Amino acid sequence: MSLLRQAGRIAWKDLRIELRSKEILATMVFFATLLVLIFSFTFPHQNVVREAVPGMLWVTIAFTGTIALGRAFDRERENDTMRALLLSPVPRLAVFLGKAAAMSVLVLAVALVAIPLLALWLNAPLFEHIGKLVLVVTLGAVGISTVGSVFAATLLKVRSRDVLLPVILYPLLVPLFVAGTETTAALVAKIPDLDRATYWTSFLGIYDAVFLVLSLWIFESLVIE
Amino acid sequence: MTKYLVPVLCVVAAVCFLASLHLVFTVAPLEFSYTADGRLNGSSLFFGQKIFYWHVANAFWLFGAVFAAGISSIVFLVTRNARWDDIASGSVDVAILFGAMVLATGSVWAKVAWDTWWNWEPRLTMSLLLWLVLVGYALVRKFAGPSADRIAAGMAIFGMVGVPFIYVMVGEDSHPKAGSEGVVATLGAGMRGAFWLSVLAFLLWFIALTITRVQSTRAEREVRELRERGLDLGVLK
Repeated sequence: MSLLRQAGRIAWKDLRIELRSKEILATMVFFATLLVLIFSFTFPHQNVVREAVPGMLWVTIAFTGTIALGRAFDRERENDTMRALLLSPVPRLAVFLGKAAAMSVLVLAVALVAIPLLALWLNAPLFEHIGKLVLVVTLGAVGISTVGSVFAATLLKVRSRDVLLPVILYPLLVPLFVAGTETTAALVAKIPDLDRATYWTSFLGIYDAVFLVLSLWIFESLVIE
Repeated sequence: MTKYLVPVLCVVAAVCFLASLHLVFTVAPLEFSYTADGRLNGSSLFFGQKIFYWHVANAFWLFGAVFAAGISSIVFLVTRNARWDDIASGSVDVAILFGAMVLATGSVWAKVAWDTWWNWEPRLTMSLLLWLVLVGYALVRKFAGPSADRIAAGMAIFGMVGVPFIYVMVGEDSHPKAGSEGVVATLGAGMRGAFWLSVLAFLLWFIALTITRVQSTRAEREVRELRERGLDLGVLK
């Protein structure tokens, strides 16, 4: 079996668990809804929506992303299945790729619920360039899941993992959030600035590529059990 | 030799620092310039420019420490030799101190130059982000238990690789430029000596602090390992 197929099997396993229990998806979608609701109370003026909505979207992605990561890896801890997964006769790379892919799908799914909610409740013009927006959100979800999977996996046995995961992730992911927010801001501006959106989207793409390669290398050295 | 290294470094650093103080305040000229039509340039800083000699010197070694920590973390992960982890951990501790100095002096500079303590000016933001990565590293080391060394090493490496991204992200700015046309390369004659002497003083100070910190980190680790061995053998309770 090739590496990608093995990774695919592991990703599919994670997604199937999630589709059966719907624990992360249901709670995260609800949490994202609550976040949008809080934003609508804390930014009550319709005239600032264009300026504020990129930030709201990426704050939602950041918060739901880290909580989902923590919960998804907790699942492996509860029955000590992470050890089984690492002992199974597949390369560590496949384990990492599978985990990161499944996480990307989850984070993306929650973000794709947040976008229409923000557009509906805050009357934000998010659907004007929906294709480009979905692309940048996908890249963001991949980036969060890549770096996040490395550290969530290493934090598995640490008692204060819930607080340490954002402590580690957010400073490292700031370029990702800035690129995402800049792209979104360029897309929802009164006169959309597509050049700026392309620049920041490609910045995010390069960021993802570099950190994916680095994560592939580092995962084996960090996760030893 | 190593017994005297740190005290000697400290003394030399102190002498350099005092000499640089002398140069900065009595020899180096005040910073001002004229516009093309002969009037005083509005961006002249006069005495306020003096903070530059410490701000930039600290910033140099903040970045130096980030890369020292990142590279020794890579070597640690490859070789699994805990001595390299001590170096990474020690230099991060020192870098947190230097980073705090950079942020504080940068704030003073911002107040003089732009009349605000903090303006999310890109280079200032970049230093803050790096500093936050380092503080995160220290938190991980303290609270992540037995696997803290690996997790922290990963964080140092990711942080180091992120530096170019932060650099591109912050982009063009109002901060005095670095590089061949930057303030450092185009310093006036009287300022150059004071500046490089200050950089040297802080380099020696940085090395002395890092050596001390690395030694104490290593001693802590060795005591911990000895204790664990003692517990395993049943000598200790």
